[in-house]
Amino acid sequence: MVAVRPRRLAWRLAEVVEVVPETPRTKSLVLEVPGWEGHKAGQHVDVRLTAEDGYQAQRSYSIASAPEDERLVLTVDRLDDGEVSPYLTDVLMAGDKLELRGPIGGYFTWEAKDGGPLLLVGGGSGVVPLMAMIRHRAVVSSGVPARLLYSSRSYEEIIYRKELENLAARDSLLEVIHTLTRSRPEGWSGYDRRIDADMLAEVAWPPDKSPLAFVCGPTPLVEAVATALVGLGHDPARVKTERFGATGG
Amino acid sequence: MSEGFFSRGFLGRRRRHDERLPPGQYLEDGFPVLSAGPTPHTPLEEWDFSIVGEVDEPKRWTWEEFRQLPSEEITTDIHCVTKWSKLGTTWEGVSVDTLLEGIETAAEYVTAFCEGDYTTNLPLEEITGGKAWVANAYEGEPLEPEHGGPARLLVPHLYFWKSAKWVRGLQLTSYDIPGFWESLGYHNYGDPWREQRYWGD
Repeated sequence: MVAVRPRRLAWRLAEVVEVVPETPRTKSLVLEVPGWEGHKAGQHVDVRLTAEDGYQAQRSYSIASAPEDERLVLTVDRLDDGEVSPYLTDVLMAGDKLELRGPIGGYFTWEAKDGGPLLLVGGGSGVVPLMAMIRHRAVVSSGVPARLLYSSRSYEEIIYRKELENLAARDSLLEVIHTLTRSRPEGWSGYDRRIDADMLAEVAWPPDKSPLAFVCGPTPLVEAVATALVGLGHDPARVKTERFGATGG
Repeated sequence: MSEGFFSRGFLGRRRRHDERLPPGQYLEDGFPVLSAGPTPHTPLEEWDFSIVGEVDEPKRWTWEEFRQLPSEEITTDIHCVTKWSKLGTTWEGVSVDTLLEGIETAAEYVTAFCEGDYTTNLPLEEITGGKAWVANAYEGEPLEPEHGGPARLLVPHLYFWKSAKWVRGLQLTSYDIPGFWESLGYHNYGDPWREQRYWGD
């Protein structure tokens, strides 16, 4: 047997091309990454910050851009007590450099050839890797039916709201369903509670359509959604999850 | 590649720096949950734990039998590949040495197998000699399903994905078979002190 020693994921110095505010708490970092070898929708990168005296801190962030996009985009949610995210959202500017390595994670990924129907369920910034899938699906003009069920605290905190609206408006096979858990604008007619089994029964395809589900968000949401999907009769092997707790990022 | 680079304006929190923290890790007080799929809920009466593979005679315990085995209390630091570490966690469980007692094998590797086809691979010598347990309690309480209950492997000296949740047995093998995450880009061995996170690290 020939032992193949895989190449190390090297740290790369990316250049920040643009910092785009998405919501009051989230920003997208548009990066030029020399030598980037591409990624699959759903993967993440490790970001490493280094202080002048050599102190370092690392965290993981999901990739928001499609593999086909020219530039790598990370969308970062600002955690008030975080060490890394406030730097990325408040301090980092166009022209700065940012050290990262990746792509990482080979399970929570989707390519058009993986088929569907594609059921995406996200909470808060958990929508980021799902957005990479939605963008990839749009870029390659995939005919795989897709539904995004997306839980946000308020209308203002919906990340990518306009872009999702535009994508759904010109693609009858893409449906975006929002639920707002804390506050709703006047006249809101959508869901107004946390995602539960009843909501999933209405929104998800029935189990006999065998949807491929990706669920990403805070742990309680992911636990609730994944458990409800299995309870509705979906095959656990078709439910892929990615969770983030309060990890102080 | 980025020798001498620093991040403009980054000071860092440096909260409670601790020499028990491996490189690239930060201290976490909570207990984040990471799993690739839904949390399984196997009834205890259907649960069993078995030792199979290259052994003279496979072994199997029901939950009741497993709970009769001598249990140890373990206080240890744990390190997740996603960067968080948690210090001084306490567990109760059965030492893998106890489970392997009386087993004759020439195997050098082990695949821990779990609910939902999850596996992780380890050199046999990394889970023997008081280095690994099958844990069923955390901080004095039965291990919650989302943290791997009723029982998970506990191999605290390696990154925590090696401490497979919902473990149902060990398969002893003479060759090394990369497990679930080990086949998907994560390091085959996973020593946090050598920062072996991904392939090639």
